[in-house]
Amino acid sequence: MAWKTADIVVIGGGVQGCSSAYHLAKMGVKNIIVVEKGTICSGSSGRCGAGIRAQWGTEMNCRFGKACLERFENLEEELEMNVGLDQSGYLMVAYKDSEFDQLKENIKLQNSLGIDSRVVSKDEAYEICPGLSADDALGFTFYQRDGHADPFFTTFAFMESAKRLGVEFLKFTEVIDIKVENGAVKTVVTDKGEIDTPVVLNAAGGFFHDIAEMIDLELPVHSENHDILVTEPVELGVCPPMLMSFSGNYYLQQRPDGTIVGGCSPVGHPIEYDLRSNFSFLEHMASVFTKLLPRTRDIRVVRQWAGLYNMSLDCQPIMGEAEHVKGFYMTGAFSGHGFMFAPVTGELIAQLIVRGNTDMPIDMLHYRRFAEGKLIIEPAVV
Amino acid sequence: MAGICSEKRQYEEGDIVVCRCKEVTLKEIRKWISRGYDTFDELKRLTGVGMGPCQGRGCRDIVMKEIARMTGKTLEEIGTGTYRPPVKPVKLGMLTEANKEDPWKGKVVSH
Repeated sequence: MAWKTADIVVIGGGVQGCSSAYHLAKMGVKNIIVVEKGTICSGSSGRCGAGIRAQWGTEMNCRFGKACLERFENLEEELEMNVGLDQSGYLMVAYKDSEFDQLKENIKLQNSLGIDSRVVSKDEAYEICPGLSADDALGFTFYQRDGHADPFFTTFAFMESAKRLGVEFLKFTEVIDIKVENGAVKTVVTDKGEIDTPVVLNAAGGFFHDIAEMIDLELPVHSENHDILVTEPVELGVCPPMLMSFSGNYYLQQRPDGTIVGGCSPVGHPIEYDLRSNFSFLEHMASVFTKLLPRTRDIRVVRQWAGLYNMSLDCQPIMGEAEHVKGFYMTGAFSGHGFMFAPVTGELIAQLIVRGNTDMPIDMLHYRRFAEGKLIIEPAVV
Repeated sequence: MAGICSEKRQYEEGDIVVCRCKEVTLKEIRKWISRGYDTFDELKRLTGVGMGPCQGRGCRDIVMKEIARMTGKTLEEIGTGTYRPPVKPVKLGMLTEANKEDPWKGKVVSH
C-alpha cells in the first residue's frame, strides 16, 4: 500500500525543483509532490555564487542567459516575493591575449543576439568597479543587465507560489529507490514511505547522477566541492558588478546588504562530496580579495561554506526524458550555472513533460549527446 | 513579581529584536515559523538570522526556543542548524599575510 500517490514527483527542493514544480502547477498539473532530503534550498542552490549573466560564448547559452534576465526582471511581480535582483553587471577580466580574444569573440556573438555587452577600457572598468586594482589585466568586457539575485529568496518565492497552486513539499524525505514497471516509472521509494507516480522529475542537484543510477542510467557526471566566503557588510560601491575571470579563477561581488561574496574553482576539478570548509581556501581567497580589491584588507571574513557543482562531461546541463524508462525526466548537471538558468529551465522542462515540446529548443541537452559525440563546447565557463 | 518587565512585554514582545546583526524581530520569526519554516537553517536563509558578524551567538538560542515553543518539539529534535567557520571574523589582510602562496601562481602566468 503506497504512502502517497502523485501525478508527478519532483526530486529535489532546490531552485530547479521549485521552479519546475511551480511551472508544472501553472500549466495545470495537479497533485505534484516535491521531495527534499534536507530543507528547501539546503543544497547547491542556497550555497551558490548567485550570479546571472548573458555573457556567454555559445548561441544556446546566450539565448538562455538573455531569457533568464528577462524572467528575473519580472520575477518579483510574478511570484509576489522579493528575489533580491541587482543588475550591476558582470565585469569580465582577461589576463591573457588568447582569453581577451575569446571574450571579444563572445561579445560579437552576444551583440548579434541582442545582448548589448561591450569591451571596456581599464579606466572605465575602474569606474564600474571603484574598489578594483587590476593593472596586470589585459582587457575587460561588461554587460549592465547581468548581475545577481538572492538564491534563498528566489527559491522560496518559487516554492511559495507553487504551494499556492497546490504543490505539496515534503522536507526531510530522502529518495532511496525508484521502481520501474514495464519500462515506465511506477513508484518513488523514500525513507518515509512509497509514492506511486507515473512521472518523476530528477532535479536533485549535486546528487543528480545518483538519482539517475536508480534507473540504471549512468551519466558522465560528477560533483565537486566549490568553496565561497562572505565578508562583514561595508559601504556600497566597493565592487558593484560581479567581477569574474576565467584565467584568474575567481568571482567576487558586493551584495545589496554591503557584504562581499567571493569564490573560485578547485584546482584540477577533483570529484569531492566533502563540504567541510578548508583553511587553504580561506587563505587563497583572502589573497585574491586583497589583490583585486586592496581596500578590503581591513574588513573581516564572517563565514565560509561550500557547495556542490554537478559537472557534466561538457559542463552543460542535461535535460530530457530517459530513453529506456518512460516518465523519468531530468534537469540537472548545470555545472555551476543552475541558479541563473532556473526560471527558464524550470519552465522548459515543465513544457516538455506536459506538452512534449518546448518554446526554446532543449533537444541538444539530452544525455544522448555524449554517446553521439555531440558535446557542447562553451568557452565561457570557469 | 509583575513589575516593569511584564508590563513592557504586553506591548512590545513582537518588536523584540532577536538578531541584532540583521535586525530581525520576534514577530518576523514567529510569522515564518507559523508558515512552516520551522528549522533554524530555513529561518536563517529567509531572514538572515545567524548570518551576521556574531554568527548566531546572540540569536540562535532564542530562535531555537521559539521554534520549540511553537511546534511543541524538543530542542534536541529541532537541532542547532549549521555552524560555519571562522569562529570569529578574521581580517582579509591578516589571512593574506599568512598565505605563503601567490594567488596568481600557476593561474595567470603568461600573457
